[in-house]
Amino acid sequence: MSEKELNIFKLLSQKPWEPSQAAIDNEHDGKTLASSKVKLGVRTIMVVSTVIFSLFVVSYSDRMLVHDWVALSEPGLLWINTLILIFTSFVFHKTKILSDKNEFEKVKNYLLLVGFLTFVFITGQLLVWQYYVNIGQYASTNPANAFFYLLTALHGLHLLGGSFFWGRATTKLFNKNFKVLKIKQAIELCAIYWHFLLIVWLVLFGLMVIT
Amino acid sequence: MSDEYINNKMEAKSADSSSGGYAPPADYIPAKESQDQELYHAKSFWTRWVFCQDAKVIGVQYALTATAIGMIGLILSWGMRLQLGFPETFSFLGPATYYQSVTMHGMIMVIYLLTALFLGGFGNYLIPLMVGARDMVFPYVNMVSYWMFLVAVLVLLASFFVPGGPTGAGWTLYPPQAIMPGTPGSEMGIVLMLVSLALFVIGFTMGGLNYVITVLQSRTRGMTLMRMPLSVWGIFTATVLALLAFPALFVAAIMMTLDNLLGTSFFMPEIFSMGEKLKYGGGSPILFQHLFWFFGHPEVYIVALPAFGIVSDIISVHARKNIFGYRMMVWAIVIIGALSFIVWAHHMYVSGMNPWFGFFFATTTLIIAIPTAIKVYNWVLTLWRGNIHLTIPMLFALGFIVTFVNGGITGLFLGNVIIDVPLSDTYFVVAHFHMVMGIAPIMVVFAAIYHWYPLITGRHLNQVLGKIHFWVSFVGAYAIYFPMHYLGFIGVPRRYFEMYDSPYMTSAVGLNQFITIAALIVGFTQFLFLYNIFTSWYKGEKSERNPWKANSLEWHTPDYPPTHGNFGKELPVVYRWPYDFSVPGSNKEYIPQHVAPSEVPGAKVEKT
Repeated sequence: MSEKELNIFKLLSQKPWEPSQAAIDNEHDGKTLASSKVKLGVRTIMVVSTVIFSLFVVSYSDRMLVHDWVALSEPGLLWINTLILIFTSFVFHKTKILSDKNEFEKVKNYLLLVGFLTFVFITGQLLVWQYYVNIGQYASTNPANAFFYLLTALHGLHLLGGSFFWGRATTKLFNKNFKVLKIKQAIELCAIYWHFLLIVWLVLFGLMVIT
Repeated sequence: MSDEYINNKMEAKSADSSSGGYAPPADYIPAKESQDQELYHAKSFWTRWVFCQDAKVIGVQYALTATAIGMIGLILSWGMRLQLGFPETFSFLGPATYYQSVTMHGMIMVIYLLTALFLGGFGNYLIPLMVGARDMVFPYVNMVSYWMFLVAVLVLLASFFVPGGPTGAGWTLYPPQAIMPGTPGSEMGIVLMLVSLALFVIGFTMGGLNYVITVLQSRTRGMTLMRMPLSVWGIFTATVLALLAFPALFVAAIMMTLDNLLGTSFFMPEIFSMGEKLKYGGGSPILFQHLFWFFGHPEVYIVALPAFGIVSDIISVHARKNIFGYRMMVWAIVIIGALSFIVWAHHMYVSGMNPWFGFFFATTTLIIAIPTAIKVYNWVLTLWRGNIHLTIPMLFALGFIVTFVNGGITGLFLGNVIIDVPLSDTYFVVAHFHMVMGIAPIMVVFAAIYHWYPLITGRHLNQVLGKIHFWVSFVGAYAIYFPMHYLGFIGVPRRYFEMYDSPYMTSAVGLNQFITIAALIVGFTQFLFLYNIFTSWYKGEKSERNPWKANSLEWHTPDYPPTHGNFGKELPVVYRWPYDFSVPGSNKEYIPQHVAPSEVPGAKVEKT
């Protein structure tokens, strides 16, 4: 990210009354950051989500210190899901590179693959839920379980929200006369969001594994 | 993309010069040419006024909804006051109704009225106009934001009609009592409250996204950040705070909902009820308090910072003098915003936390007094030797300064652990926070409505009703809250339904009756104000363009009141800050932001 006015201290110590500064200010085009508004929108959403998940991590760390905490043993399926999510992110990255090269026929297939993998991941998570329910590990059984259900659900909802925009980009791409720049931007932003959710998942999963 | 706003300044200029021999001034700067804004042009009544994507209409929608729910909050406060002033007189007031009134009054006023009004209402209306944008950057998301807010309000209202009624847990909703039987509304009321809050947060995030990115990216040419009106700085910083603080409320609301519905124990400790051990155990109610106040304290500044910004503009315009120390004002806003995230535990001095923890939070709390005091001095120094016009907006702005100083000083007392412990949970606290974040911001809301009403409707509010509104509200607010400080000193606890015949209540009985009568009168005056708003909309005295002779861009749109798209074919170009009043050497009394230096020869540039 290449900001124009990265430094808030510099900004706040400008002297607008100096003629030289006034001349610069008069030409100012009104943009603070050299980034498109959609990209900034996605970034803001990611910041807000990060705060939400961080607060959950803090609550988790606080709650696990109480004696009634019984760590949950993660089934192998959860590791497979994690690998699938990593692979999805990898594929999405590849998609982004292809769309930068304007190879949209390939991009179509790759986007569908991303959608399929995401679907598999969410199904996998639901299967893990089913597994826990079958062995009698309900949300109310133990706080560790409650956090597991809550965090997987929130992560899944974030992914479903992203899938909405993935769906919009994919349908646009399959439309004959799509706008190249818009598609490129949509794919790039979706890819960033998927990578973000991968990192969130790795942090959450890591936390659950080590405790 | 609409082709309505294609910039053809260069063509227009050449046409001018060929026809009239017009030469552009030496400091001519072309208007902003990159038109990346696609505006949705409403075609029917529905898309124009109901499902509208114009930030100005959305702002008015937010303001009207917030006012409507705020009136319910006002009526609830009457219920509380009737019970406190005249206990055992009114059969419709029982302990349950009282606690429900307290809870809903607090929650409605803080979140659904003040936050929605300042950020949703004034934010939407003012940001695009003041920074010279055609609309918010994501108009559709902005519209959805309002409808989420409306749904949140409706869910909140629905809780009045479910079995058990709305929650009566106090606006802080502390577990475990909030979801335990015995607290009013512990069945459905609390669930609807939490759901409504979660919806509010989601809706707000959509709106906040718009406010922040519009301010950062969508300003017109020449509008640097340090030339923005302080209103925009206040709303912008408050929105950033809200985007970072509301997640804490969201997280707390989700976990408490699960504790209630699924029987998890995030916050619920081991509890014995009626001789039986409940299924809960191990949860930490203190964790909820930390989460709640990590949201709750920035929330105070989410309400206060827009008020600071707006009042700075109003004082400057109505005193015909530039704001004293503009840069310092901006720093103060940013510093207060940053500090507000590390003071939250001063709400929890009596929760049994480590004294060193309290020491830390007392220190940070008192440090906030520095930038806040700087702001107060700057307002007073702006008034110093100003050409003060005692218009109604100015009266309310002056009322704000006095009230804010008053509430701020009691805050210094409460910020100290040692003084707070005996005063905690007394009416002193109630008096403090009503002064500092109830009356003070609402004074600014009134000032802002009287100030910008002509811009929104093209008409003035009735002056006589306005003066009555000001004096009754201002004097009445002191009649209500000054005695409350005294009640706190003699130890009357807050939240009690009735004091019965406690020995120290003898001197409080008369005071409580006095407060109640004052509250009824002040409350009634607010309905008079509403009457004024609605009748002046079509009967009010017509306002000429820019009636207050202000400099900021919102008063200088081609259409008055501004229409869809805000500015005409071309966006204005900004050459100065919005506070050029009575500039030495200038032949004009005030110089709007878009006036080029060559048009006002001799005008000195003032240091800020």
